[in-house]
Amino acid sequence: MEFKETQAIYVQIADYVCEQVLLHKWQPDERIPSVRELAVSLEVNPNTVMRTFELLQQQEIIYNKRGIGYFISPDAVKKIRQVKKDAFISNELPSFFRGLYLLDLSLDELKPHYEKFKKSNFN
Amino acid sequence: MINIQSLSFSYRKNKPLFENLQLTLEAGHIYGLLGKNGAGKSTLLKQIAGLLFPDGGTCEVMGYTSAKRQPAFLRELFLVPEEFYLPKVSVKKYVNLYAPFYPNFDEAAFSRYLKEFEIPREQQLTEMSYGQKKKVLISFALATNTKVLIMDEPTNGLDIPSKSQFRKVIAAAVTEDKCIVISTHQVRDLDNLIDSIVIIDGHKIIFREDVQTVTDKLSFKTVSRMEETAGVLFADSNLRGHTIITKNTGNEQSKIDMELLFNAVLTNQQPIQEIFN
Repeated sequence: MEFKETQAIYVQIADYVCEQVLLHKWQPDERIPSVRELAVSLEVNPNTVMRTFELLQQQEIIYNKRGIGYFISPDAVKKIRQVKKDAFISNELPSFFRGLYLLDLSLDELKPHYEKFKKSNFN
Repeated sequence: MINIQSLSFSYRKNKPLFENLQLTLEAGHIYGLLGKNGAGKSTLLKQIAGLLFPDGGTCEVMGYTSAKRQPAFLRELFLVPEEFYLPKVSVKKYVNLYAPFYPNFDEAAFSRYLKEFEIPREQQLTEMSYGQKKKVLISFALATNTKVLIMDEPTNGLDIPSKSQFRKVIAAAVTEDKCIVISTHQVRDLDNLIDSIVIIDGHKIIFREDVQTVTDKLSFKTVSRMEETAGVLFADSNLRGHTIITKNTGNEQSKIDMELLFNAVLTNQQPIQEIFN
């Protein structure tokens, strides 16, 4: 995993976990790697991963079974989309829309591009 | 776990290195000790390890006075110095000679670390390169499982792949009952591992905060024009624009830039300290 310069590391690790869930790589009620396993593979302090897990627990995306480990919540996908959609709409869409407006592109024109993108990346 | 009170020390008369230095470090953390050349980083680590004695004040580790060098203290502390000597024996012989001093020495873990670092066990230590020797010493240090692990510039001399291996083994080694102290100039090698920052300058500790508190209180960002940003505590200009530190006024947390923080604390000490007090 390549870390970006700007965002706090624990937030970036949370995004990574969410992506695994949205891509169905990690399934509901599946046990996820432990704090130490993730810390070693990402080469970060275990306390940082602990903080990520606390955040995700608070957002009810993962849950803890004492002594066993952390698991993906049954409705994690729904919870993540709830949290992420608002953030995406307010943070990422404005500059995208600005581009559309400046280049006089309509949303209908984008549709085939979007379908093609989905096909080549997620099929 | 480490408790230093009113420590004073000098190598030469009338040239004090430490004056009334205070520092407490707890278990469960990886501390990054930062300071300019000659600020006293290695000297402080040697005080903790009992290799140097205070002129005044006290240095206690796990309740033991370091300077007394009691066996019960020595078997729970390991120091990886920057400059070291290894005898003319094989890795295997070295372990047979030195591991018995450490009751929690983990032979299996030692083999794992050597394998991770790709070190041949049969080779004579004196026939190895500096980097290879360092890897043997780091592997040995981690395998001793001591409560306190001190490393002086551990990534010095390590090649590019071993730095990543080093981060992995350290991430695996820190547990809640262990205190790891690393002095370094190469903060970028270790900035995701260190969770608390200690800065030494001008005879004392001038900054000691955990990374979370730092990013709660300060923002690290890159801007193209400085004029539009208020309350800049420190700025460094480069091709991409200005990398700056400001007070964190929102809820968002940025990624800490330890080099920038170090330079900021050294040049603009007072306003930064006020934010943390």
